[in-house]
Amino acid sequence: MNVIIATDCGSTTTKAILIEKKEGAYRQTFRGESPTTVEAPFEDVTRGVLNAFAEVEELSGRKILDGEKIITPARGNVGVDIYVSTSSAGGGLQMMVAGAVKTMTAESAQRAALGAGAIVMDVIASNDQRLPHEKIDRIRHLRPDMILLSGGTDGGTVTHVVELAEYISAANPKPRLGMTFQLPVIYAGNKVAREKIKEILDKKTSLHITENIRPMLERENLFPARQEIQKLFLEHVMAQAPGYKKLMSWTGAPIMPTPGAVGLIMQTIAKKDTINVVGVDIGGATTDVFSVYGEIFNRTVSANLGMSYSISNVLAEAGLENILRWVPFDIDESDLRNRVKNKMIRPTTIPQTLEELKVEQAISREALRLSFEQHKSLAVGLKGVQRERDISEAFKQEIAGETLIDMLTLDLLVGSGGVLSHAPRRSQAMLMMIDAFQPEGVTRLAVDSIFMMPHLGVLSTVNEQAATEVFEKDCLIHLGTCVSLVKESVGKRGEKCISYRITMPDGKQTKGALSYGDICVLPLDTGQVAEIEVLPVKNFDAGEGKGKPVRRKVFGGVVGIVIDTRGRPITVAKDKVSRVEQLQQWTKAIDAYPE
Amino acid sequence: MTHAYTPGLRIAERTKVTSQRVLPLLGDVIVKKGDVLKAEDVVARTHLPGKVHAINAVNRLGIQPKDLREYMLKKEGDPVRKDEIIAETKPWVKILKTVLLSPITGTIETISTVTGQVLLREPPKPIQVYAYIGGSVTAVMEKEGVVMETTATFIQGIFGVGGETVGELAVTVDKPDDMLTADHILPLHKDKIIVGGAFIRHDAIDKARRTGVKGIIVGGIDDEDLRKLLGYDLGVAITGSEEIGITLIITEGFGQIPMAQRTFELLKSRSGAKTSINGATQIRAGVVRPEIIIPYETGGFSGEEMDKLPDRGMEIGDTVRIIRVPYFGKIGKIKALPFSPQTIETGATVRILEIEFPDGSSAVVPRTNVEMLEA
Repeated sequence: MNVIIATDCGSTTTKAILIEKKEGAYRQTFRGESPTTVEAPFEDVTRGVLNAFAEVEELSGRKILDGEKIITPARGNVGVDIYVSTSSAGGGLQMMVAGAVKTMTAESAQRAALGAGAIVMDVIASNDQRLPHEKIDRIRHLRPDMILLSGGTDGGTVTHVVELAEYISAANPKPRLGMTFQLPVIYAGNKVAREKIKEILDKKTSLHITENIRPMLERENLFPARQEIQKLFLEHVMAQAPGYKKLMSWTGAPIMPTPGAVGLIMQTIAKKDTINVVGVDIGGATTDVFSVYGEIFNRTVSANLGMSYSISNVLAEAGLENILRWVPFDIDESDLRNRVKNKMIRPTTIPQTLEELKVEQAISREALRLSFEQHKSLAVGLKGVQRERDISEAFKQEIAGETLIDMLTLDLLVGSGGVLSHAPRRSQAMLMMIDAFQPEGVTRLAVDSIFMMPHLGVLSTVNEQAATEVFEKDCLIHLGTCVSLVKESVGKRGEKCISYRITMPDGKQTKGALSYGDICVLPLDTGQVAEIEVLPVKNFDAGEGKGKPVRRKVFGGVVGIVIDTRGRPITVAKDKVSRVEQLQQWTKAIDAYPE
Repeated sequence: MTHAYTPGLRIAERTKVTSQRVLPLLGDVIVKKGDVLKAEDVVARTHLPGKVHAINAVNRLGIQPKDLREYMLKKEGDPVRKDEIIAETKPWVKILKTVLLSPITGTIETISTVTGQVLLREPPKPIQVYAYIGGSVTAVMEKEGVVMETTATFIQGIFGVGGETVGELAVTVDKPDDMLTADHILPLHKDKIIVGGAFIRHDAIDKARRTGVKGIIVGGIDDEDLRKLLGYDLGVAITGSEEIGITLIITEGFGQIPMAQRTFELLKSRSGAKTSINGATQIRAGVVRPEIIIPYETGGFSGEEMDKLPDRGMEIGDTVRIIRVPYFGKIGKIKALPFSPQTIETGATVRILEIEFPDGSSAVVPRTNVEMLEA
């Protein structure tokens, strides 16, 4: 397989990339894009795909199409060996999930749906405090693409899951697309209840039964349900969307939901390098967060946190004060509110002035922060599990159900989406990510250059080597490494905080000291590795304990090494004048904006 | 991308307007093709399924779920009246008898011997769909609805709140840059759709509501006033179902922005005409903008088409409006369309265009920050 063409059919744009094997290595060589054509007047997704191909043909000089047919296999400068695609057009995959107990099976069902690439419209649980008729009304009005019903461990409760099935049956919900077909319902609960569930739902819905997502309290088994979701996504949802039947006949691998493919590439990379990874994709309408810690993969989507269609909701959820704390100049509140709404109603516009750019980047910090908070609250250990504790744990506040996201053991933070990938300066992307995610200890940061993670995710299902080679060489732009204090390291601004020594690859050493509340940047190019030794003063902790030295390898990037002594959480001055002065000091240190 | 610009909003003095009037569920269409209707006429009816109520019967009766059917006096599908006995225990001593009363009038939906629940459903709720625009029925979709057609003045707004409403159009200000204040709103505006200029504040909207005004069309509004009107901070622009007692359409954007001269003149020329408006806005893929439809009483399409936006990319000499600061709202003609991307103040390298304003001055703006206007 030497020539691959891949597309991602997004809600607004269809993006195509060409991957070619050159001198023994796979590289992404050309790209093309075109408006997505799922909606009227075209109502055929393949029109947009063909237009995107045409742009790739024009730029690359490779003939890909013979009329409306893809030429396969590749010979010389004609044809491709395989075509693969992802899709989030038409609003992506929208699901409702249900489970017996909100924090147990319902939460597992939510994780299964999100991990498969869905937007979860609502979570119904027996104990969610809503009255039966409220649940039924909600199910009827939602019109999801499919429902995932779980509940009970194998051999456990039957009553609760049957009750949920009765509610679904009473609601008789209709699918979002295709008036005439039955709504797909996946049952992944207590296997003892399967027959009862069949009796209740088999006639009214298109019922599919798969393995229990929570066969026992101590074990979550999400993979079979996720596979079933993706299968039904293709068979039912995609098949109803205009032009997808034709598109499916073109691809050499099943079409994946876009976020499902991004999750897959994240897992592939984390596994290959044995690292913990957090990734974020901030779009116009939604923000996806992915994490891979050890063997555990989690994905969440914040359906209404984004930088254009949903920008106003960021303001509504974060509050004006939280946005203002990142704006490095004085701005009238009413003016800010109107600017945000004008972006919402004309979402394709871009900032023309530096002030406007700073405002958008301030809002993005809050969108990222809120999305990450949501992720942390769902990426948790299993709840309802009894754990034996030894005496050393007796005084810790650790409980089952705590978040799996440990910032101190995070190795790589990857950002994607317009506001990060297309920030005029890479240092802006780095500072936005540090401010929003507040990494602790030593963490590498990177951005996706042109949003090709979905393409590489679906490609990894047929050619993992090609996917990982392109990911490393062409997809990621390494920003550098952030070295920072850890949680609860708080001091007074200007107080002596750390001294450091960096040994560069050529053996040269750089020494320095930084007071509390500061940032400094040391250049280290992409591909270079240096060694840093940080010695915090006795009240501060850089990852090894208060006052203890930290010695670690640091990786270079287009920004370099950022040493951040602003403490965790980062605190910004309350009064306007000090806040502006403080923010300007930080942005200047990282050279974020022109003077 | 070859077409990197925001298409402008549609505006037409006289055009054919069609509107699909569809039931949410299958039902009965009560008009036929060719019928000439008023906006208030009903075109289709159906019944929405009634609300479902659940009773935990076994807990109330103190029995086992598997035995529930034995104690039921009604079976699935049976009609019941409120407070009618639907199940009872059969003890030896009559005084110990427990009964289960129906909480509603409706039917028995499900009797579950697993969960011990009885689900009851309220009677179906009738709903009807109106013609919304005065005109004729040009197509009937059996059991679903109809297509209405009329010849009308058609204007799209940029954003709106509140749903469909119909009323007589009344222009309350003299110029498109005038502010619509509370003083402009008079008792004679009851049941009318009023047109303002550049801006309206919350106190004026409030007075309009109290006066019984059905709708407001204005250039701009402050977001703070929108929040007061809705009672919450609008997060996502999916509107139309607000129950605020009035429909509001803004034609230009947030802030004080004069209504486009052409829009204002057109509305003024149709003052007094019966008008249908809908504030429903959806800014997502498949965008929906609020609409103002003013049918002509003399039916029949005269052949004059909607003012069409050029079906091509931008060209030198085209009229455009800038839709982002620092030149937000300004209208000018394209002076140059350089092929190569250029670096703008933010440091981003983007495709730009040069615009010449009526006063002879000019400005450079990103192509994505303008919208095409009809010539």
